[in-house]
Amino acid sequence: MSLTSDHVKRVGRLAQLGLTDAEITETLTQLNSILSLVDQMQQIDTKGVVPLAHPLELKQILRADAVTEMDQREKFQNTSPQADAGLYLVPRVVE
Amino acid sequence: MSDITDLSFSELKKALQEKSLSSTEITLAFLERIESLNPELNTFITVTRDEAMRSAKNADTAISRGTATAYTGLPIAHKDLFCTDGVLTTCGSKILSNFVAPYDAHVVSRCKAAGLVSLGKLNMDEFAMGSSNENSYFGPVRNPWDTDRVPGGSSGGSAAAVAAKLTPLATGTDTGGSIRQPAAFTGTSGIKPTYGRVSRFGMIAYASSLDQGGLIAHTAEDLAHGLGLIAGHDSRDSTSAERSVPDYTEVLNGSLKGKVIGLPKQFFDDRLNNSMRDAMDMVLEVFKSLGASVVEISLDHVAEAIPAYYVIAPAEASSNLSRFDGVRFGYRADKPTNLLDLYERSRGEGFGSEVKRRILIGTYALSEGYYDAYYKKAQQIRRLIRDDFNHALASCDLIFGPTTPSTAFVIGEKISDPVSMYLEDIYTVATNMAGLPGGSFQAPMISGLPTGYQLTGPAFGESIILNAAHQIQMATDWHRLNPENF
Amino acid sequence: MYEAVIGLEVHVQLSTASKIFSGSSTAFGAEPNTQASLIDLGMPGVLPVPNAKAFEMAIKFGLAIDAKIEQESIFDRKNYFYPDLPKGYQISQFEKPIVGPGRVTITLDDGNTKTINVTRAHLEEDAGKSIHDVFDGMTGIDLNRAGTPLLEIVSEPELHSAREAVAYLKVIHSIVRYLDISDGNMAEGSMRCDCNVSVRPEGSELLGTRTEIKNVNSFRFVEKAIDTEIHRQIEILEDGGRVVQETRLYDPDKDETRPMRSKEEANDYRYFPDPDLLPVFIDDSFIETCRIKLPELPDARKARYIAEYGITDYDASVLVADRDLADYFAEVANMSGEGKLAANWVMGSVLAELNQANLAIAEFPVSSRQLSDLLGRIKDDTLNSKTAKTVFEALITGDGEVDTIIEEQGLVQMTDTGAIEAVVDEVISENSHEVANYRAASSDKRSKMLGFFVGQVMKKSQGKANPQAVNQILASKLT
Repeated sequence: MSLTSDHVKRVGRLAQLGLTDAEITETLTQLNSILSLVDQMQQIDTKGVVPLAHPLELKQILRADAVTEMDQREKFQNTSPQADAGLYLVPRVVE
Repeated sequence: MSDITDLSFSELKKALQEKSLSSTEITLAFLERIESLNPELNTFITVTRDEAMRSAKNADTAISRGTATAYTGLPIAHKDLFCTDGVLTTCGSKILSNFVAPYDAHVVSRCKAAGLVSLGKLNMDEFAMGSSNENSYFGPVRNPWDTDRVPGGSSGGSAAAVAAKLTPLATGTDTGGSIRQPAAFTGTSGIKPTYGRVSRFGMIAYASSLDQGGLIAHTAEDLAHGLGLIAGHDSRDSTSAERSVPDYTEVLNGSLKGKVIGLPKQFFDDRLNNSMRDAMDMVLEVFKSLGASVVEISLDHVAEAIPAYYVIAPAEASSNLSRFDGVRFGYRADKPTNLLDLYERSRGEGFGSEVKRRILIGTYALSEGYYDAYYKKAQQIRRLIRDDFNHALASCDLIFGPTTPSTAFVIGEKISDPVSMYLEDIYTVATNMAGLPGGSFQAPMISGLPTGYQLTGPAFGESIILNAAHQIQMATDWHRLNPENF
Repeated sequence: MYEAVIGLEVHVQLSTASKIFSGSSTAFGAEPNTQASLIDLGMPGVLPVPNAKAFEMAIKFGLAIDAKIEQESIFDRKNYFYPDLPKGYQISQFEKPIVGPGRVTITLDDGNTKTINVTRAHLEEDAGKSIHDVFDGMTGIDLNRAGTPLLEIVSEPELHSAREAVAYLKVIHSIVRYLDISDGNMAEGSMRCDCNVSVRPEGSELLGTRTEIKNVNSFRFVEKAIDTEIHRQIEILEDGGRVVQETRLYDPDKDETRPMRSKEEANDYRYFPDPDLLPVFIDDSFIETCRIKLPELPDARKARYIAEYGITDYDASVLVADRDLADYFAEVANMSGEGKLAANWVMGSVLAELNQANLAIAEFPVSSRQLSDLLGRIKDDTLNSKTAKTVFEALITGDGEVDTIIEEQGLVQMTDTGAIEAVVDEVISENSHEVANYRAASSDKRSKMLGFFVGQVMKKSQGKANPQAVNQILASKLT
């Protein structure tokens, strides 16, 4: 499969990367060469093979329902670009 | 003072125990060496001098009072993707260039608890994506063996810092070879533990199902000490294994008699260049002389490891990196006009081009209509690869191969050709896909540049790897060679 | 003619103490972001660990709707950008939910019942809240709610009117309240509903294009939103237009739905298994532990009430719909030994009072014991229906216990026939004209006319005369 600049635009929008036209043009060739590398997978017959998400196939351990976290808002918000009255601020969102 | 920094982690440990050196002396020696050499090598992004001197002083007090652990006062430095409470944690990215982490990663808190002195944070490829350390917002790291060359990546800062004796031990992470490849390029020893052996809590994620924290040092013995400190179950990481941690130093001296070393025929085909083949043969001769035998094995699907990796890792990364949106932490674009502008410019300006490339590939691979052809297919191949390894490890104790196809390349050589860069990891990626432990250790030099051989073991078989590498190191001098100018 | 096809996605906030993937409190109403931990904020490097209680609650729900509990369930990531979604993805269950197909029974307006199939129920994390009206040109983000466990219950598109949809929603509400897995408070957002609505010509097998009305937060609004949307879609089709598949919001002030602007583009969620989490395996013994903890559910309780208290099917349905009300009724019925009478009072005076004062049964001032005492005094003829009502009102205003009120207000029923006869004689002598008319009337008209005299007697006795005795004495004296 080969990508067009429209694909890259759409995927760039999904990933919110704000790609410029120049970036799209520049990256298109590279993405296609990566995809042709990736497409070597298609040579392998994987019919009936169960996908492997984790190498060790362990089981999830569940935690007990207990409140263990204390309020650290001030510390956490020290590192935020913009916060006021305990809220993180972003440009107005229209629903 | 340079004699102190020549000592390995294990030697420093002995010196502290014998009280021939204090932690303050050791720490100061490394800090001074960092100050004088780091400008040229660019291995550290942050040097925590004051904090290090404070911990060294505390360590000396603890030692004199007899409250110290076996490791109190020894230096370490952390790859800059381990979160460190109150210390800048950048992940090599502009998007985190102002991020002072509000907590310690599990690995960092383990080291603190053991009394280690952290010297600072090490340079890396942005978000651990790269094999050359050229993808850092903070500039490339230089290889101490030849400063025109790359140190490998993504843990390039960790490897170069150890090679240049700016720290005796460094943490790193390995998603597709990011500890082993730079270890090979810089003449150091590196271990990537079994997936689940070391908690990922506080390790900024690149590809969650492949990432594993590990270490780089001068010797296998150093790694055995370090791994005992950072390995073990952590209830905060669901993928962390509930399994006890052996004393890795205890088995280092076991004999290699009767051990079977497997050589994957796919690693020793005609694509392997002659000088690398010669270097590997020399290592194998030592194995044989120590009583090990060598058998040929086959990893049938190893050629597809890189293609499958470049689906799984970018797919996971595309999602893992969505949290960097300029809202709660990190870089935010100047004066965003609306929410979309905030996202697009913060991320567009904050991520470097390799990171964007991988996010694009990963987003594409997961998008509607492509999931089965890419992500699902890659995970099916992943199972085939894992089964190959399990099958092979039924007939041998360790799998042996070169860590890299060649020695360190020149800065700029591969930067505009991502695929050639990706192929740097051709021998290492499969180990991550199978979740197995792997180590890279010093092999004979080629034209004045270090090389490495790689050992892959069964799940949780780190001690077998370290034992074998230690035995080779006891019988050879390859790990004692130092870069001329450092 | 058109037929509406409706499916509901109900999001129920589970009442765990801590969040689904972190140890933060889920308590409602805290200062913004004081219950947002590293994990809830999606800080770099943090990892989720699932809460066992959320699974227990989901399994209980599954058992209550006779659903298949899946042995293996997997968390996936649903990827999209929104400021109230800190990680840029929501952890949810996509391909392998914890609860598989199940069913619930709803009662329709005509009294018939209908089975609605539930496709699945899965666990996921809630998002934070956006606050739009505090800062000029800015939206504030509060992540206290982020990571609160949600059970999303998805119905098959088997509902065909807004009334049916509400009936289904009420059954779900009733079940989660019985199980005590959620407070079910729709006003506070503990239970929210997305309505998938389409219309098609009656008799057609094909489904029309559907729209999704997001986040409707009361039973009444669900009904109105769906009705409004059905009409909107029918109008479009009748005008020869086409319904656009989209997400809409219901505006209760204008009683209309309108397209949601913010979520239009991001509809490729790129689901994939969350690599930070492993498959969850539920074994039979865990399911059995949950089963043992199951309380009696509405349907079982309804059957029991009909059998034990001899009440009607309809009364039982109304009483069991609300677990607290059902408990209240049962207490009254058990203490008084008067099932039918208790049902009449709870369904009548009690519910009327609750509706009028907008109270929940838990806040009702008359205790089950007081109401039971009252019924006892009706049963032993101390009170008649009129004086009983007076006592009931006094209980509401907190005037004391039943017997004190009866005594203080002199409400003891007059049962002494001599005394009643005296009053009857008085009434007959004071109303000679009416008595003459009565006596002249045919027997079929007389029974109607008797009411006048009964009224007069009751008035004179200040409501205390036993009505049966009054009837009897009047009838004999007037002949």
